[in-house]
Amino acid sequence: MALLEIRNVTRRFGPLTAVDDVSLAVEAGEFFTLLGPSGCGKTTLLRMIAGFDLPDAGEILLEGADMADTPPEKRPIHTVFQSYALFPHMTVAQNIAFPLRMAGNAPEQISAKVRDALALVHLEAKGQQYPHELSGGQKQRVALARSLVSRPRVLLLDEPLGALDAKLREEMQIELIDMQREVGITFVFVTHSQNEALALSSRIAVMNAGRVEQLDEPSRLYGFPRNRFVADFIGKINLFNGEIVAVDGERVRLRVAGLGEIEARGAAGLRPGTPATLALRPEQVRLAAIGAALDLPNRHPGKVRDFLYIGDVTTYVIDLQNGQRMQALLPNSSPGRAKFFEVGDAVTAAWPAEAGVVLTE
Amino acid sequence: MRKLALGIEALAIAVLFGSFLASGGKLLLAGAAAALLALAGVLGLAGKRREMPGFWLWFVSLLAYAFLYIPLVIVVIFSFNDSKLNAEWVGFTTAWYLKLFSDEDMLRAALNSLSIACGAAAIATVLGTMAGLSMHRFKPKLLPFLVFTPVAMPEILLGVSLLIFFLNSVSPALGALGIDFGLGLTTVVIAHVTFCIGFVAIIVRARLAGMDESIFEAARDLGATPWQTFRLVTLPLIMPGVIAGALMAFTLSIDDFVITFFTSGVGTKTLPLEIYTMIKVAVTPEVNAVSALLMALTLGMIMIAAKLAPDLMQAKT
Repeated sequence: MALLEIRNVTRRFGPLTAVDDVSLAVEAGEFFTLLGPSGCGKTTLLRMIAGFDLPDAGEILLEGADMADTPPEKRPIHTVFQSYALFPHMTVAQNIAFPLRMAGNAPEQISAKVRDALALVHLEAKGQQYPHELSGGQKQRVALARSLVSRPRVLLLDEPLGALDAKLREEMQIELIDMQREVGITFVFVTHSQNEALALSSRIAVMNAGRVEQLDEPSRLYGFPRNRFVADFIGKINLFNGEIVAVDGERVRLRVAGLGEIEARGAAGLRPGTPATLALRPEQVRLAAIGAALDLPNRHPGKVRDFLYIGDVTTYVIDLQNGQRMQALLPNSSPGRAKFFEVGDAVTAAWPAEAGVVLTE
Repeated sequence: MRKLALGIEALAIAVLFGSFLASGGKLLLAGAAAALLALAGVLGLAGKRREMPGFWLWFVSLLAYAFLYIPLVIVVIFSFNDSKLNAEWVGFTTAWYLKLFSDEDMLRAALNSLSIACGAAAIATVLGTMAGLSMHRFKPKLLPFLVFTPVAMPEILLGVSLLIFFLNSVSPALGALGIDFGLGLTTVVIAHVTFCIGFVAIIVRARLAGMDESIFEAARDLGATPWQTFRLVTLPLIMPGVIAGALMAFTLSIDDFVITFFTSGVGTKTLPLEIYTMIKVAVTPEVNAVSALLMALTLGMIMIAAKLAPDLMQAKT
């Protein structure tokens, strides 16, 4: 039995359906992520799990028990809020002690647990300070310590890293993973950042317009997106519209206007004649000077239109001869000053048959 | 810079009152005008160099302040005047204050005023805080009107309607139950509560307005019942607003005249009513003394309130 189960949950606000018949199950010990653009319903869903909102239809079960009649304070589920929501009139230690006090722990027990929690988030010295004296990252840690100290069954995190700067965010990501492993509590994480989701999660539910588009492990989600929305939302991708001409098991031939016939992978059961989209990750595309030998089935001549040098990689924008435009991502892994092509260079863009994914939705 | 300007201001005011005391009050207007001109001139000159308001802006604003506060200051000064008449400065004395404290009627009125103010402030604070909280949380449409109307309503209207209500509705109704109900301390307290609730509610709501809603949700989330959330999180956070509201209610109650006049009935005198009775005969220095004390009390309360709820003085509510 799953630890947390969402069964056909729907939540409407007037004419808007924020969460539309969502079902999913979170296993114990998972780092589960709800990923989606703002307004996709992920925060509404989180608030219903926490108990601040109730579903219009469907049920939320924790260890098999319906939570509908359980108020937030009675649910063994804690939330880390985007704004941290620390109590400004209490010290860090008092903040962390709050859930323990509410649960009726003995004072000596409380102080021991608070000390452990402070150690967990490396803030041993800050116990007597007030939240306004802390930096954003420290507040974040206090919020984490406070929601973890009484060992909830599930920890909900609502865009907890949103307010931090890029460098700190990366540090906190690593800390979050470590912490989750250390305490063994199930995390349900809400974010609109695909990088965060891919880096942290054991499984991700990609949400759009109140529905779950795909629920999978990060690498499956990235490598085998189920539809255009997921392909486009997770990472960068080239999308070409075309039509299926031949199917041989997972090998699919696709006709794309201007590119001719292209070999790619597809789900089983595709039928020739259906309109489909070819999805191709930029890092799968190789670039070579015209005439250089490339032993790849898909080869198309083009010209470098632009490039973005990002340090570790360079993204090239290629204008193919037939008018299509595509992106290619090349690592700058060779020593010395990295540079492959200039704007205007004639190149051949090529990719292996198994690189492209055929999407019909 | 600000300190310098304040220093000059204080100096000019000292000169003004110095000249006034020295001349026995005859040259008051001339002295005041001269001091104002000089002060505005000095500040205006400083302003040209340091991008502060110029001469005329200083002059007009100082004039406005003078208009507002000189009468009050004169009342305080004359409360120390060693003369029965409010016309000429004779010498310094605290006799009027001593006389005040041996005046039976005055002391009884003061005691009435204080107990009414304490009672009304206490009740209005509890009800007003509740109103402010619910207005913030549930965003009702009608409640703000109901709460704020008594604040804006002309006092005479409120006074008359309360009087009629007490005499024609409450008294017969309670009389039918065998309870004797007449005008007195209780009716004054009820009347004061009606117009104080609004002020407390405004202040409490303003205090809540800037607050992160998720703090209260976090408390629930971490295991606090609604009541615990209120006691341990909400109340401590709005406490400055609650105290400011209580002080505001206290000051409003203690110097209310019109509504008290209508609802106190015969025999129950408050300080403002007592002062009114006294000046019907003559404006004695004793009246000055009691007014000065009342002023000091009010000013102190407002200052504490402003300190506790700085947003109150930002004219935003």
